[in-house]
Amino acid sequence: MGFLDRFLKTPNWGVHPEDHKRPAADVPLRLFPSPERIFMPLHQHVGGAARPIVMVGQKVLKGQLIAQAQGNISAPIHASVSGTISAVGEVTAPHPSGLPFKAITIDSDGENRWIDSEPLADPFSAAPEEITKRTAAAGVVGLGGATFPAAPKFALGKRLKVTTLIVNGGECEPYLSSDDRIMRDYPEMVIDGARLVMHAIGATQALVGIENNKPEAIAAMRQAAAAFPEIKICPLPALYPMGSDRQLIKVLTGIEVPSDARAAETGVLVHNVSTCAAVHKAIRLGQPLVERIITINGGAIAAPGNLYAPLGTMISDLFAFVGLKEAPSRLILGGPMMGTPLLHDRIPIVKGASGILAFNAAEAFVPEAGPCIRCGNCTKACPMGLLPLEMAARIRVGDLEGAEKFELQDCISCGCCAYVCPSHIPLVQYFSHAKGELTAAERSKLRTEATKRLVEAKTARIEREEREKLEAAARRKAERDAAKAAAAKAATPVAEQTQGASA
Amino acid sequence: MLMSVGSLAAMGLALGSVLGVASRYLSVEADPIEAELLAMLPGSQCGQCGYVGCGQAAAALAKGEAPVTLCPPGGKATVEALAAKLGVKVDLSQVVDSGPQIAEVTEEICVGCCRCIKVCPTDAIIGAAKQIHNVIREACTGCSSCIDVCPTEALAMMPIPVTLQHWTWPKPASAQH
Ligand code: SF4
Ligand code: SF4
Ligand code: SF4
Ligand code: SF4
Repeated sequence: MGFLDRFLKTPNWGVHPEDHKRPAADVPLRLFPSPERIFMPLHQHVGGAARPIVMVGQKVLKGQLIAQAQGNISAPIHASVSGTISAVGEVTAPHPSGLPFKAITIDSDGENRWIDSEPLADPFSAAPEEITKRTAAAGVVGLGGATFPAAPKFALGKRLKVTTLIVNGGECEPYLSSDDRIMRDYPEMVIDGARLVMHAIGATQALVGIENNKPEAIAAMRQAAAAFPEIKICPLPALYPMGSDRQLIKVLTGIEVPSDARAAETGVLVHNVSTCAAVHKAIRLGQPLVERIITINGGAIAAPGNLYAPLGTMISDLFAFVGLKEAPSRLILGGPMMGTPLLHDRIPIVKGASGILAFNAAEAFVPEAGPCIRCGNCTKACPMGLLPLEMAARIRVGDLEGAEKFELQDCISCGCCAYVCPSHIPLVQYFSHAKGELTAAERSKLRTEATKRLVEAKTARIEREEREKLEAAARRKAERDAAKAAAAKAATPVAEQTQGASA
Repeated sequence: MLMSVGSLAAMGLALGSVLGVASRYLSVEADPIEAELLAMLPGSQCGQCGYVGCGQAAAALAKGEAPVTLCPPGGKATVEALAAKLGVKVDLSQVVDSGPQIAEVTEEICVGCCRCIKVCPTDAIIGAAKQIHNVIREACTGCSSCIDVCPTEALAMMPIPVTLQHWTWPKPASAQH
């Protein structure tokens, strides 16, 4: 490794959490048998929620469109089992609040009959737009956890003439191994998907970044990519948060994406390995995104590992399949660093669900927070070069604007700072709280402005109506006057005539 | 006919220019503090504070004639903002904040009298005579002016439900000490 490489590849940020990926990652992929009932949420992506197009009682096939995309940034939803629509109602969302959101319930007929598919015969001679169109219709979204719809990102990449596709196989979050598994078990799918994405955006090369704690995945991917010199497999040091877009781009290409720019503006686009596999299925098999690999891990799980499960499956059904050793002390959707805490297990899995963690009491233990000792650990760990201690100190006393001056908006909520803090200060919660409050303040400002406009509009309307009333009254009066005058005129000549006649 | 229209137009022109001149000569320098305070108020001109509208309320606040707790629809957030701006201390526990609310029509008992439409400052209520009225949620500022005029109590204030889009993380519990 040359000096430059070393310099590029040993970043001075990040943390080295214990990865806890094995033994779950080494257990062969298990197929989850079709559940009796699934709950398909309408909002599994960034952007507008999908609009249901099915009725209760209707029979659907697996892969059938059940809700349409709505708006420019949105994704359609397809049935993940064949069966009967039994409700269009609400279900608890995978969200820390435990609030509900809309979902379509399907009672499975247990047959898993697929709808007829139309694969694209020769995708590489088709127009790039055709790939984008089919990816959109298949409801493919970023499966690394961000769940941004894939198709608008392709279109953006094409418009900005992106030359390099970065395939994210970092999977730096501890406990998770769903991307690892897809690279080990289906490397050809991932490589073919990456080539399809390159075709869609017009990229000339692809760099696949994989952390070096996954040697099996690196070997499998190297073999699958051997025939394609434009695709390079790049082992990366295992360092959290390597799987974050900006950090991955910096390490692989040396490009630093400015904080106010999108990655595509610097000529690169990042897609996750599972997203590439989903694109492959959408184009080559004509199958929409209705299933995914999900890691079930944590101390409370009897047989941890990866499952291939239909979307919309209740987490409790997955737990029944893998078995629980004890009642979980904490549930997390995603990884322990950035994942979403869940209040219970009656929640369906969604497109972005890379894993479900069920922690036992020891894993879930959070030490009590102490005061900040200004050790500076958080500053050294922050991959965005921020000053977490300064931001948190200001948010603590309610000075959100003060925190904004320390570039709070650049924080990617990676959790490195909280991980290294010797005082166990819940730094990320401070930042999430402040970001939420600032967004709410922005919203209420917009609302106040809208109110002012509405009040002005009403005042203008009242004035206009008054004026119109006055004018109408004046017009009527004028008409009456005119009519009177005309009547008088009509009367006079008659009088004159009679006078004339008599004269 | 022409005469009367013409005379009305002439009158409008003459009065308009008088108003224009008057506004130039009689204008009051806008107080910058007052403008800032006004920006913090909800702007629905509902008059619950006892002033004609938010502008007059802001003027009274700037002169120190009104307490920062004057605006019921504004809730705690407005009180806090005003207190911070004016540098006064308030005991927030004394402020009743029912949270953001908006009006809702119970359709079964609305008689379609149209009274609420007339008082709503933001034209947030739609309906016509003898038709069921309804509140446009996005346009209602929660001023509750319409509640008092409704003869059948079909209108009531309801808390705005918290949705996934509006939920925010609370401040960590350890921040309290
Ligand atoms: S401040 Fe934000 S970006 Fe920096 S380490 Fe903490 S969570 Fe990550
Ligand atoms: S790591 Fe924790 S204790 Fe150290 S400076 Fe940061 S916030 Fe303070
Ligand atoms: S109570 Fe508040 S919203 Fe209503 S007029 Fe007074 S200041 Fe404006
Ligand atoms: S609907 Fe009622 S509460 Fe809402 S803004 Fe209009 S008058 Fe006020």
